[in-house]
Amino acid sequence: MNVTQATRLVAEREIRVKLRDRTFLFGTLFFLLIAAAGTILPPLFSGGPSTVAVTESLAAPLRAAGLEVRVVPDDRAAEQAVRDDDVDAAVVAGPAVLAMDDAPDDVVRALSSQPTVRLLDPDAVDPVVAFLVPFVFAFVFFLTSQTFGVQIAQSVIEEKQTRIVEILVAAVPVRALLAGKVLAGAILAFAQIALIAVVAVIGLQMGDSGGLLTLLAPAIGWFVPFFLVGFVLLAAMWAAAGALANRQEDIAAVSTPVQLAVMLPFFAVIFLNDNATAMRVLSYLPFSSPTAMPLRLFTGDAAAWEPVVSLVILLLAAGAFLLAGARVYEGSLLRTNGRTSLRTAWRERETIG
Amino acid sequence: MTRTLRLDGVDRSFGDRQVLRNVSFEVSAGRMTGFVGANGAGKTTTMRIILGVLAPDAGEVSWGGTTLTRQDRRRFGYMPEERGLYPKMTTREQVTYLGRLHGLDAAAARRSTDVLLDRVGLGERGDDLLETLSLGNQQRAQIAAALVHDPEVLVLDEPFSGLDPLAVDTVVAVLRERAAAGAPVLFSSHQLDVVERLCDDLVIIGDGVIRAAGSRQQLRDSYTVPRFELVVEHDAGWVRDHPGVTVVELDGARVIFDLPAGTDEQPVLQAALARGPVRAFRPVSPSLTEIFREVTQ
Repeated sequence: MNVTQATRLVAEREIRVKLRDRTFLFGTLFFLLIAAAGTILPPLFSGGPSTVAVTESLAAPLRAAGLEVRVVPDDRAAEQAVRDDDVDAAVVAGPAVLAMDDAPDDVVRALSSQPTVRLLDPDAVDPVVAFLVPFVFAFVFFLTSQTFGVQIAQSVIEEKQTRIVEILVAAVPVRALLAGKVLAGAILAFAQIALIAVVAVIGLQMGDSGGLLTLLAPAIGWFVPFFLVGFVLLAAMWAAAGALANRQEDIAAVSTPVQLAVMLPFFAVIFLNDNATAMRVLSYLPFSSPTAMPLRLFTGDAAAWEPVVSLVILLLAAGAFLLAGARVYEGSLLRTNGRTSLRTAWRERETIG
Repeated sequence: MTRTLRLDGVDRSFGDRQVLRNVSFEVSAGRMTGFVGANGAGKTTTMRIILGVLAPDAGEVSWGGTTLTRQDRRRFGYMPEERGLYPKMTTREQVTYLGRLHGLDAAAARRSTDVLLDRVGLGERGDDLLETLSLGNQQRAQIAAALVHDPEVLVLDEPFSGLDPLAVDTVVAVLRERAAAGAPVLFSSHQLDVVERLCDDLVIIGDGVIRAAGSRQQLRDSYTVPRFELVVEHDAGWVRDHPGVTVVELDGARVIFDLPAGTDEQPVLQAALARGPVRAFRPVSPSLTEIFREVTQ
């Protein structure tokens, strides 16, 4: 049996155990509900076209605009219908629009003549969407790498704390243990995100926001490889952090640097996403590029070659962190008396035969 | 197939502290070898080096004449001193998993797990989560975990600690089976009476140095002066004055005494018979505890 087979066995066990974990299952279900609710509900709440009370003589342009028209005998009856809350608005002679407390935009539009609009930058994104999308990308990456990272660290500590690690290390190379855990974490994280994405896409189409989807597609396409490589980078850090700890209680202390590596880029992307220079820098830094680069692609600021370069940088960084993580992991995995310092793990690693 | 597990000049330090010095001994095929030493003498470090969990600073471990490789070690069965399995997995599942990590295919691992769980008396609890089992049963699971891949060599660190007497018997029977099938079995213990009852060969370590190694009988012969027990009808105090005798213990009519090596013990018996009836006269074998004390002092 070689390292690859051992890695697969380790990953299989991690996944099997996780799939039986109620917290994980309920967590996934919860995210799915949020994704469904977030995409399907808003169009429903916006309430569709206004209902308008109007006399027959003024009804034609309103019908043409697709509004729900209720024909009343005269203007008094129209006003009364608004006061009784039977309709959203009324159009009376003038023409004037009556409403209780909120000007009905669609009714006003139906009665106005609008100038032709010519967009000079047709790709520019609706400001609300432009605000939401970076948040969603950063949040998905932050939350997923955080959740699954902590789980990887916990699984490492469990093996250390229960001492089963000694049997494992005697049977398979330490590298295979590390690789199996990172692989399992990446597969689970990706599967969870994919599931949520599918629900969100279905939701967007049901909620008739399909246009947004076309806009998002290239950004999502790039988000996938960035997400996976970025996840591997963080997972290696989490596994090493777990190996430094000796009990589950230590996890907060040993994982502070990893938490910062997840948290700082998250806030940087959220707060600096309208600063072009900052975003350009962030889109090349390994810890922030998984969210920053897809964003720049979404807003159309990045040239075609940029994500490729950034992804290569991220790949190199992930490779380096995997190697460093493996060294720390090997150096601390069998030290079961108390927390191991990073320095000890790095310098005086046990040369495992 | 007779293959021998051999340690040759193994050194190991942790920082400034040298834990093993030039450790060499053999574990022969088909024999139960007891590995004895005080706490901190280096037993666990030695076993970890055999399993490749630790690397030696110098020296080597060989199996059947060639240096051990990871592939060889995968066919070893190991029970570490500090026990542990996955608390949230069933016994059956994790024993199967460990079988697979040791190179069995899925079907073989399942088969072997079923047989072993029955053998150690866990057949009915096999599908319970490990954490719900009693400590004794968790120990049995641990033994199944060490044996699932039908190992060629067994290395067990304190296999009997924490076991109830029934479980000890089960484990002893299983280990003897393996030894009888030709596997070298090395087990450490600080319960010298258990080791004495079980082992064919003995390795004694003290402060990281092998103090004695060989078959149990050999050690008995070479590490003690001749010692005898004499029971007479009345007071045995006169034995003190017999030439060459060193009295170890005197209790009325019963006396235990040593003679210098090579001295004939019959004159003492004749002297006793001359004084009256002799109820008993026999050589006393030193217990392992005594040998242990002697060689580790």
